[in-house]
Amino acid sequence: MAYHSFLLEPISCHSWNKDRTQIALCPNNHDVHIYKKDGTKWTKIHELKEHNGQVTGIDWAPDSNSMPPSHLSRYRLGEVWKPTLVILRINRAARCVSWSPKENKFAVGSGSRLISICYFEQENDWWVCKHIKKPIRSTVLSLDWHPNNVLLAAGSCDFKCRVFSAYIKEVEEKPGPTVWGSKMPFGEVLFESGPSGVSGGAGEGAGGGWVHGVCFSHSGNRLAWTSHDSTVAIAEGGKTSTISSLSSETLPLLCVSFITENSLVAAGHDCYPVLFVYDGTKGSVTFGGKLDVPKQTSQRGISARERFQNLDRRATSSETTEQGLESLHKNSISQISVLEGGKSKCSTFCTTGMDGGMVTWDVKSLESALKDLKIV
Amino acid sequence: MSKNTVSNRFRTVDVDEYDENKFVDEEDGGENQLPDIVHVASLTPLCTGNLMEALQAVLKNPPINTKNQNVKDCAEGLVLKVLSAFKSSDVDKGVQSLDKNGVDLLMKYIYKGFETPSDNSSAVLLQWHEKALSAGGLGCIVRVLTARKTV
Repeated sequence: MAYHSFLLEPISCHSWNKDRTQIALCPNNHDVHIYKKDGTKWTKIHELKEHNGQVTGIDWAPDSNSMPPSHLSRYRLGEVWKPTLVILRINRAARCVSWSPKENKFAVGSGSRLISICYFEQENDWWVCKHIKKPIRSTVLSLDWHPNNVLLAAGSCDFKCRVFSAYIKEVEEKPGPTVWGSKMPFGEVLFESGPSGVSGGAGEGAGGGWVHGVCFSHSGNRLAWTSHDSTVAIAEGGKTSTISSLSSETLPLLCVSFITENSLVAAGHDCYPVLFVYDGTKGSVTFGGKLDVPKQTSQRGISARERFQNLDRRATSSETTEQGLESLHKNSISQISVLEGGKSKCSTFCTTGMDGGMVTWDVKSLESALKDLKIV
Repeated sequence: MSKNTVSNRFRTVDVDEYDENKFVDEEDGGENQLPDIVHVASLTPLCTGNLMEALQAVLKNPPINTKNQNVKDCAEGLVLKVLSAFKSSDVDKGVQSLDKNGVDLLMKYIYKGFETPSDNSSAVLLQWHEKALSAGGLGCIVRVLTARKTV
């Protein structure tokens, strides 16, 4: 696990290029910085300054090398190292952005309760956008595309996670049927997490939180989302009412990603990533383990003076001298991205957080280091 | 003068009600079980000293969906009674006997109880809080804070 501290400010969002040698990130201001990896060091090679509001989301399209950071003002610039203005026709902040798998369109989630799907129109030589409005009732916080390039999962502040169809007939052919449905006109809702959000789980803990992170599995048949009420849930397409969820004992998780078809890594306000395992046959999600186990510091005896000091400060004379967090990240982790192996057999993933640092995690070494961890 | 300057009924119209962007919470409606039934179900074991059963009974069917404040207050009073009847050493066992949802629900009642402190309630609730926290973790408290349907 390599921890690299880029800056003191929180990293609002990041994105890697295709061969993972360059990373674009936003240090919580109006710019986008691009860093290039030189051995173990990172050097800043570009600074993109065309935005006039805080950059809230970045997504680097691996093949075409264009990158639309979304930000708090209404326009968005897509950069092919030259800025192109895309007008989104929204009257609130743009919150998150994501290129589709085939890179012919991208989706922007915003605070004006809609998702803008933008595609390039050849005849007029500019980017056009279409809106998905119903039935979204609040800010869209996170987006993830299904591998078929048409379905889009969106998590929003109205406590629901939905799968929409973003089929644009101008740029693609009709998609074949999937487990989520077969009729997919633009804007159709193919799945919505119900009001109780769970089945056979916490019946009265009804759908309580903003949906922070969503992620499709590699095959697109499973959808996972994390919510502000400290739950993580997985739905399998085709069986509409089976949503398995787990109320975790940690603080809310902000981001989630599948690393194999059955395992997810999620991270959030607790500053360490955790593993969840989904059992398709039983339809249950279980907690797999913390992925950040700090080295055990040697236990030294606690002196009488320290004991009284602890009593004074913390009302307990316990031995643990936790001066700070023991995890690698010292503040909430806001984004997880898969570096190598894709979502089906991830071998490395990366997390960035509010502490301005980025950590790359290697799955193999995690598995060997943490004995009880099993990634199925 | 023309007619429409006389009427000023429009001044009492609540414009916000007609705003199409207004967020309306999903209502489940449906009155819950009357508190009497819960009352009886939990008092019997309470009287006989079977506190575990009393705990289970009082945590069944919480008045979450109802908007009747009386029902909620009643339920809350009952829960408080049961919680205070436990001995300090038994609190731990009580918490262990609950499942995950039970712990979440218990935590909700504990925080509700904190809102209206009476002579000894806070001390008792704090003990329960400590045990429930070790069973449910911070996620449990987060769920109390984010729950849209309160107990």
